[in-house]
Order: sequence, then C-alpha cells, then structure tokens
Amino acid sequence: MSATETSKMTQVLTFKLGEEVFAVNVSRVQTVLDLLPITKVPRTPDFMKGVINMRGVVVPVVDMNLKFGMETTEETVDTCIIVMEINLENETTVLGALVDAVQEVVELDSEQIEPAPRLGTRLNTEFIEGMGKRDDQFIIILNIDRVFSSDELEMVQATGAKGAKEKEAKEE
Amino acid sequence: MDKYTETMRSAFKEEAFELLGELEHSLLELEKAPENHELIDRVFRAMHTIKGSGAMFGFEEISEFTHEVETVFDLVRNDKLPVTRELIDLTLMARDQIRSMLESEEDPGTAIKGTEIITLLRKLSQGVTPGEKEAARKTEIEPGPENQVAYRIRFRPSEDIFLHGTNPVLLLNELRELGECEIIAHTGEIPTLDKIDPESCYIFWDLVLTTGKGINAIKDVFIFVEDDSELNIEAIDERPETKDKIETEVEDKKLGEILIERGNIEEKKLQKVLSSKKPIGELLVDAGLVSSTDVEAALQEQQKLKLAREKRQQEEQTSSIRVHSHKLDTLVDLVGELVTVQARLSQTTADQGNSELLAISEEVERLIAELRDNAMSLRMVPIGTSFSRFKRLVRDLSNKLGKKIELTTEGAETELDKTVIERLNDPLVHLIRNCIDHGIELPEERKKIGKPETGTIHLSSSYSGAYVLIQIKDDGAGLSREKILASAVKKGIIAPETELSEKDIYRLIFSPGFSTAVQVTGLSGRGVGMDVVKKAIDNLGGSVKIDSQSGQGTTITLKIPLTLAIIDGLLVKIADFSFVIPLSAVEDCVELSKQDVEQAHGRNILKIGESLLPYVNLREMFMIEGEPPELQQIVTTQSEGHKVGFVIDQVTGQLQTVIKSLGKMYRDVEGVSGATILGDGTVALILDILKLTQKAVLEEQADVESAENLNIK
Repeated sequence: MSATETSKMTQVLTFKLGEEVFAVNVSRVQTVLDLLPITKVPRTPDFMKGVINMRGVVVPVVDMNLKFGMETTEETVDTCIIVMEINLENETTVLGALVDAVQEVVELDSEQIEPAPRLGTRLNTEFIEGMGKRDDQFIIILNIDRVFSSDELEMVQATGAKGAKEKEAKEE
Repeated sequence: MDKYTETMRSAFKEEAFELLGELEHSLLELEKAPENHELIDRVFRAMHTIKGSGAMFGFEEISEFTHEVETVFDLVRNDKLPVTRELIDLTLMARDQIRSMLESEEDPGTAIKGTEIITLLRKLSQGVTPGEKEAARKTEIEPGPENQVAYRIRFRPSEDIFLHGTNPVLLLNELRELGECEIIAHTGEIPTLDKIDPESCYIFWDLVLTTGKGINAIKDVFIFVEDDSELNIEAIDERPETKDKIETEVEDKKLGEILIERGNIEEKKLQKVLSSKKPIGELLVDAGLVSSTDVEAALQEQQKLKLAREKRQQEEQTSSIRVHSHKLDTLVDLVGELVTVQARLSQTTADQGNSELLAISEEVERLIAELRDNAMSLRMVPIGTSFSRFKRLVRDLSNKLGKKIELTTEGAETELDKTVIERLNDPLVHLIRNCIDHGIELPEERKKIGKPETGTIHLSSSYSGAYVLIQIKDDGAGLSREKILASAVKKGIIAPETELSEKDIYRLIFSPGFSTAVQVTGLSGRGVGMDVVKKAIDNLGGSVKIDSQSGQGTTITLKIPLTLAIIDGLLVKIADFSFVIPLSAVEDCVELSKQDVEQAHGRNILKIGESLLPYVNLREMFMIEGEPPELQQIVTTQSEGHKVGFVIDQVTGQLQTVIKSLGKMYRDVEGVSGATILGDGTVALILDILKLTQKAVLEEQADVESAENLNIK
C-alpha cells in the first residue's frame, strides 16, 4: 500500500445515539470510559451533563442525545463516555461525550465517505464531516470541533440565565 | 536558525533578565554606598557576563552596547571615576536599554536611544576626569614599562571544565595577549591510560605574566571559570600603590603567608623560593625548609579558609537550579492528585476499621502532607524581588515630580506563590504610584507643616495564617473625606445626601471612574487604577483595607492568600450535590428551622440575637429539585464587608482541597470558581462567594423591579 493510499483511509470510532450510528475520527479520541458519577454544574443547559473525575482531571461531559435534540440518554450497561480532544478557539480542550453505546473502530476508504446531504439529516449540516457507507448502513461522521464550537458553548450562559428566569416565572 | 541555538538564545535571555534585575538592585545600593567596591564589582560582573554571553549567542548589538557601559564602569572600578548620581542615572538608563534591546530585537527606535546613552556615558567619563581618563586609556592601550607588574598565577580548573564548554587553552592564549607570559603545565596528576577520562581535565597551570594592564584584566580572563576553579593571582614585584584593594578581600590566604604566620618559615627565605614557579609547598619541602606535614597542615588551613569563603559566598548567592515553571506545575498537580487519593484512602480505611491499616494510612497522610507543603514551597518565591523593583519606581517618579521620597521595606523574605507575586505586581505599582503622586507632599509643603522634607513610603509584608499581609504606608497628606465625597457625588457614584461611614467613604475610591486628583498628571489621576487594583486583588482571593488619617498618611493593607492551588474549604450538601465553600470566607454556621422561615414572612432574613442576617437560598438559586429538610443550615460568609448567609442542607465537614479548573466549557458559569475531587472520587464544585452574593443582589433587584412593573400594570 503506497503512502497516498494510506492517507485516504480514515479510521473512525462508531457509537450509537438511539438507533442511529455516528462516528468521530479516532485521532481525536483519548479514551472511552464507563459511566461515572457526573456532577451537574448549576444553571447550565441540560445537554451539559456536568463534570467527571477522570483520573484526577476534571472533565466536562455533554449528553450527545440532548445536544442533537433527542431524548435524554438513558443509563444502561452500554452507556459510555467518549473522552475526546476538541479544538476550541485554537486551544485543545478535553471533553467527554455521553453516548448510548460505543461500537467499534472502522476503517473507511475515502470513496466510502460522501459529503453531508443538505437535507434529510435533521441535523445542522455544519456538524457533519461526511456520511460513511458501510454494508447497508449509514455512519454520520461528526466534525466535533464544530459541534462544540464556541458559538454553541456561548449559549451556555444565556440558556442558564433563561432557565432561571423561566423557572421563576413558573413559580410566580 | 536551528532549534538548539534557539533554546540557547532563550536561555541567555532568561539569564540576562535575571542579571539585569541584579544589576538594578546593585546600582540602587551603590547609589547609597558609592564607595563600596564589592557593589561596583557586582555591577561590573553582571555587565561583563551579559556582554560575553550576548556575543556568544549572536546578540552583537547588545554585546557592543554593554561593552560601552562596561568600559565606563571599568574606570569606576579602578577609582578613576567617582560614583555620581548622574552615573547611576545613566547606567540605569543603559540597563533599561539593554532590557528593551532584549525584548525587541531589531527595533530601530531602540538603537537610536542606545546611541544617545552611549554619547552621554562617554561625555561623562571624559567630562569628569579628563586627565585621568587619558591616563587610564594609556595604560590600557600601550602599557608603559614603568607600570609593568609580574603576576604569578596558579590556575587549576575543576575536572569537569570541559563539560562547561570552556577550553583552558583559549584562556591561556588570552593571557598571552596581555603581556609576556611563561606557562608551566603540571601534568603529574594525569592518571594512567586505563583510568583516564578523556572528558576530564587533569592539568593545572602556573603562569608568570608580566603586564601593565593590572590585575583586573587578568581576572577578567577567568571571569567565567573562577567560581569552580582554583585561581590564585598575585603580584610578585608589585609596588605598594598598585596593590589592589579588592584582591586581598577576595583571594584566599596564600600558603606562604600561612606558613609565615604559623612560624614555620621566615619571610626572607620564603621570598627567595617564591621567585621560581613550582608550587610553593613542594618547593619548600624540597628545600628542606619545612616538613611535608607542615605543608599539609597549612594546606588544610587554606582549605578551611576557602570553605569558609565559599560558604559566605553561598549565603550571598544561594545556589539554585533553574527549572522550567511548567515542571513545577506538573509536580504540584501530581501532589494534588496524591492528596486526593490519600483522602480516599483515609475514608476507606476508616470505614473498614482495620487498626493496622489505619496506622499505615495515617503515616501516609503525614508524609503526603509534608510532601505537599514541600511541593508548594517550590513555587514560593520571596516577595523581595518585586520590592527592589519598586525602589526604582520610587526613585524615578519622585525625581520627576520633584519630591523627596524614601522607600523602606520590611519582610522582603516573605514567600508567596510565584503566580501570586506576578499578579500582585501591577496592583502594587498602582498603589505606590498613588502614594507618590497623591500621598506625599512636595518638600516645601512638608516643611511648612513641620514634617521632614523627605517623605517615607514603607512597604512591608508579613505572614498571617494562610495569608500574607502587604502594607503600603506613607506619611503623606492622607485621604480627604470631603474631597472623596465631593468627587463621588460629582461623578454620580453616590447620591448627594448619602450618609456614609468612614470605611465606606474610603471604599469609594475603588469605584470605577473615580479620581480626586485635581490635575491629571502623566502618572495617575485618570481615574483608572484603584478599581483595577481592587479587581486584581479580588481575583487573587484577597482583600484591600484602607486606613487614613488626614495629614498623617495612609495605610493600605492587602491580604493575599499564600497560594492559589490549594484552599481550606467547608464541604456542604444540598440534596445529593456537594459544594465547597472557601473557609476564608466563612464566619460561622447557624440553623434555620421552618419556624424561622415562617416568621420572616417570605423574606430571606434571619434574626440572630439583635442582628439581622440576609441569606440566599442556594437550593433555589441552583434550581435543585426536591424538598429541603426540616432543619437547614446557614453558612454565614463575609465578603467585601457584607455579611450574607447561604442556606444549605447540611455541613459535611472541613477539608483541604486542590482547586481544579472547570475548563473552557464552563468558563461562563457564575458563582462557581472551580472544582475539586472528593475522597470518594466524585467532583464537588467550589463556590465563589463574592460572585454569588453579587448575583443574588442583582437577581433580587430584578425581581423587585418586575414586581413593581406588574403593580403598575
């Protein structure tokens, strides 16, 4: 196998959110953890599950189901936290993604990856790096930097404050 | 440029910055004691090193510039030029120039300024003592035969001299350039071939050098190696007037002198032997004048003296290792983790009740506590380094304003975390500037009101528990309550009729946009500063206190935590959530019963004795679901002089916690300053009491306003 061919191969880690299969580039994945106790940080949006203790380092965890507008991740034996490195404003940050189940590492040829369709994914196409085809299955390969871009995270404070207001309103 | 050179260059820069700091310090000291040769030497040496290593790593401009300054100081060193204020001024300017050259290479602006300084320096060295300067130049360039002196030099480099990248042959060649030179190499200590280490130097040299350039020129050759080499320089046929004062102070006592003192040999006989070049001990034994044991004893005495000198030197410049601060941070992090694991160990052993295990766990706990303290102390640096920087500030600013001010310091040895010291620098500069600009009056004014013309700013630091108190005290005009009030009203910070206590009035000067200075000077008075100071100190987890007496002066006290990485905290619980409240903010804990809540008619105020305590319900604020227990707890805190209670379910205990950052994702969360890992491995959030209080106030105001709006509707 020549060098040019190697570079066309992409290794991705696939995981499940509900029944759908998603994937991230393995080069970004630091480790996969079993579900740990998560400490919720007050006044933050629901999709930000909180923080965990990963061998002495405090790592934030995001519920991927909620992030993509689905139902809260149910805790089962398969529930996992994928710890990955993301690029936030040119700085590398470590972040945990709470997913329903981790599947396997898949090697995809560049021919097997298609650009994101503009319609039909029910997802912000910006988040999608490509659609991988494997057997008769689709794999949605995520661009995790965009998923966790600063714009997205800046919503944290706004949502937190809004949440507080809403709650107060309800009480009144 | 390859990477290696790049690292070398940055290492040089680092070293140079340190040397410049030392240079500044020495210069300021020298201003006070212009006759002190040791200080002059220190200045000279710092510049010589900058020049030498600068040239080595390709900073030619710096090297050339420093050379000019060094030349002037060479005159000073040889008593050809007196130490004057002008000279100190210029040298300080030169020092700043070198600094800016280091900071911004290839900036044409700095080059022009550099030339100016050099011109001034040249003028100074010529203007003050023209004749002597000429003479000095003469001796430097063409040494006349009348002041040729023969020196005997014994140079025994340390074995690992090659490892430091020094080639002794080059040094000897340099000596040859100074004048007629005879060199004898002693090869007796070279071991047999099988034992030889090719990277070690086994040879030492005896030289006789006849030169007119003086002992300092010889010393300069050895300036980089003298610390770890054995070096003896003495004039053989020197005339009394050329005898160098410094030499007798610095050099070890000579073997011959010791022998004479001990009465083993007469001076005359010794002198006779001295004219040859072999080591004196050997010679004397050979000549049968003293026994070899006498020589040995004398050598031992010499050794002793040398050790004593080395010890003195060490006390002066404590031996140190340069370590990248990143490495220290990693170490502190690791120790922090160890502390966490240890807490877990203690908890597990306590649960199991195994006494043997408990003993071990306690031992480990003790060791880790010690290790932690040690690791933390690695990051600690004495605050004195920044104190000496302020001396310069005071000197320059008071000159500029025509004021006479002396800065006295106390407690320079007080140690603080390096990061804390770095972050303290700017606030302290602001405060001292304020003292100089607004506090201390002009000399005439001071005289009129019967104060000494020279004002004093006293800067002191001392430990107080887990805090360091830094005090800036001046004997100036003090704060004027009327002026502060008037200015605050004018700027709309307070309403005109507001009644304020003295403390509250002083606190006004920390409000953004506040300034009482009638005239805006170039130094301060733009209304920025004090609020920035306050903010910086708050960010450090410290506090500011002002005491002032009109006409007597002002005292500003900063209370700064020793370290940022570990805090004492109170662990509290709300439902299943654990939070840590920094113990420094906690005053006490009281109970809050359902009855109390009912009695307050929905207002968050608790009556304790005669006083009222406003409180914040954290459960509500954090939107934690579930019913509170019958009996809740209130943790009373003090921040910015306000007493606020925080309602929680229960207090779990006290603990020492390692502060961990929550990371970028949670940077916008208010009221949480970080996280810590508990004994059971879960994460607890550290509460930022100050922010929470402010937030609670804001939210309540918003609530009240919206309620009022509803009423209007």
